[in-house]
Amino acid sequence: MYYRTSGYRLFEAINYALLTVVSLSCLLPFVHILAVSFSGSAAANANLVGLVPIDFNWEAYRKTIGNPNFINALVVGVERTLLGTAVSMTVMTLAAYALSKDAHGFSSRVAYAWFFVFTMLFNGGIVPMYMLIRGIGLMNSIWALVLPVAVNVFNMVLLMNFFRTVPRELEEAALIDGSGHFRTLATIYLPVSLPAVATITLFTMVFHWNSWFDGLLYISDYRKYPLSTFLQTIIVQQDFNKVDLDVNELKNISQRTVKAAQIFIGTLPILLVYPFLQKYFVKGIVLGAVKE
Amino acid sequence: MFREKWSRTWPFHVMLWPACALTLVFAYVPMAGLVMAFQDFKPAKGIWHSPFVGLKHFEFMFDYPDSRQVIINTLVISVLKIAFGLLVPFVFALLLNEVRRILFKRVVQTIVYLPHFISWVILGGILTDMLGTEGIVNRTLKQLGLKPVFWLGDGDWFRFTVVVSDIWQNFGFNAIVFLAALAGVNPSLYEAAEVDGAGRWKQTLYITIPAMLPIAVVVGTLSLGNILNAGFDQIFNLYNPLVYDKGDIIDTFVYRTAILNSQYSFGTAVGMFKSVIGLILIVAAYRLAYRYAGYKIF
Repeated sequence: MYYRTSGYRLFEAINYALLTVVSLSCLLPFVHILAVSFSGSAAANANLVGLVPIDFNWEAYRKTIGNPNFINALVVGVERTLLGTAVSMTVMTLAAYALSKDAHGFSSRVAYAWFFVFTMLFNGGIVPMYMLIRGIGLMNSIWALVLPVAVNVFNMVLLMNFFRTVPRELEEAALIDGSGHFRTLATIYLPVSLPAVATITLFTMVFHWNSWFDGLLYISDYRKYPLSTFLQTIIVQQDFNKVDLDVNELKNISQRTVKAAQIFIGTLPILLVYPFLQKYFVKGIVLGAVKE
Repeated sequence: MFREKWSRTWPFHVMLWPACALTLVFAYVPMAGLVMAFQDFKPAKGIWHSPFVGLKHFEFMFDYPDSRQVIINTLVISVLKIAFGLLVPFVFALLLNEVRRILFKRVVQTIVYLPHFISWVILGGILTDMLGTEGIVNRTLKQLGLKPVFWLGDGDWFRFTVVVSDIWQNFGFNAIVFLAALAGVNPSLYEAAEVDGAGRWKQTLYITIPAMLPIAVVVGTLSLGNILNAGFDQIFNLYNPLVYDKGDIIDTFVYRTAILNSQYSFGTAVGMFKSVIGLILIVAAYRLAYRYAGYKIF
């Protein structure tokens, strides 16, 4: 066998070492930021912290939790994620169910599909979008972060493909028993394709949690910023133009350990859903990419 | 074809309307808004009363050295990202395929997919902290007796950092399609090669790599459609005025000129240039992918 040769054994040793280094490179930056957040500020400011906290303490987290602006942004971020995901999933599930039918003489399906797909190929860019949001009075409203991104055509196509794998017999039985399409969707399609719907729900949640640029564009009042936008402007870019905090507060939140703590709290929800996400996204991508 | 009967299909239409309404308002109305690119748009006058100026903004875009430089930067950064973004996942999938310990393989996969899901706000915050003049990377370089590097403060190093960190964020995730292709290889091919006396290198060369090539062609062709997307989120969270000459890209430039400096029409024109080229490239890429790899999205 090939793997008994000494040449292959040497390769294997190098390969394992290389893959270990590569994996560590993806993990250590997060460990570093976590270590900084738990360190004493003197050690952190002198850049002495590597992967283990020095002078371990919770001070940075206490300050972060005690900062009403941070908590406020956290709440807006959660709100945006829940509302955005709910709206997006409702709209996309309904449309994907309809698009998954062609055997019912639903020949307009093709026209609808192109109507959606064209938006993947071409867009107006950020300036007309910004003017639109201003024009229809959505500036500073949470709906400006929810409605424009509600229809994600890529996810909708994935959902449609999942719905197509549901056996026709199930649907026919339901229709014969007098159930309408809305009920068939809710009581048969959704439960049967639950893993797929859950995956896309998680994707949508991660997308909303991570989105920051729309907050920067459409929201001018920093008290209405979702967490990602708050982190981007105030913590990372340290752009205090829009903020009317007093000097002490500013010093507090831009401290290196506190900055690290806030960045880590911003990452935490992703880390929490990641195991569930990872379980399904491989399947989803393969199913989305490989079609007959 | 059946003629569509409203009495049967009305639920489908009703189900599609919410998505259609949102798409109409938030995708098609902004497309109509591109008319601003041919106007001298003033918010006070609105889109109906701003004067038309023809192609003025497009001419200005090609005459103005800053916008020309921005187009060059975008191309350089995205070409590097596309090339290495294809090569690194390809090699990574090959290497991971040689791992026979399932547990090790699983752990590696779980870890390397992670950065893909973290936003550039977070990654930017971590990287600027680690790569700063006093950051942990430069401190380590100093301890090794090397000169510190201005990763984010020098134009050429900035490009390097942007490309490497983009590959770092996405190589694991982008390897998924290659690993899927490898999982589909018939094991009896390897057994036959073994019997014929082919070593592992020969097997890789004649079985494994050919199995991955079709999907590599598809991924490579489709990424051509992204050639003017050099990664707004990433650049915006890493750059600073010191590296505008080498690191400013179309999207960041549009944001600064249009939104921050209120040159709405010029920003729309630059954005439209990008969208139109993008559309042409995507259509061309899909046709190429279909012709050479038989790949169809619909």
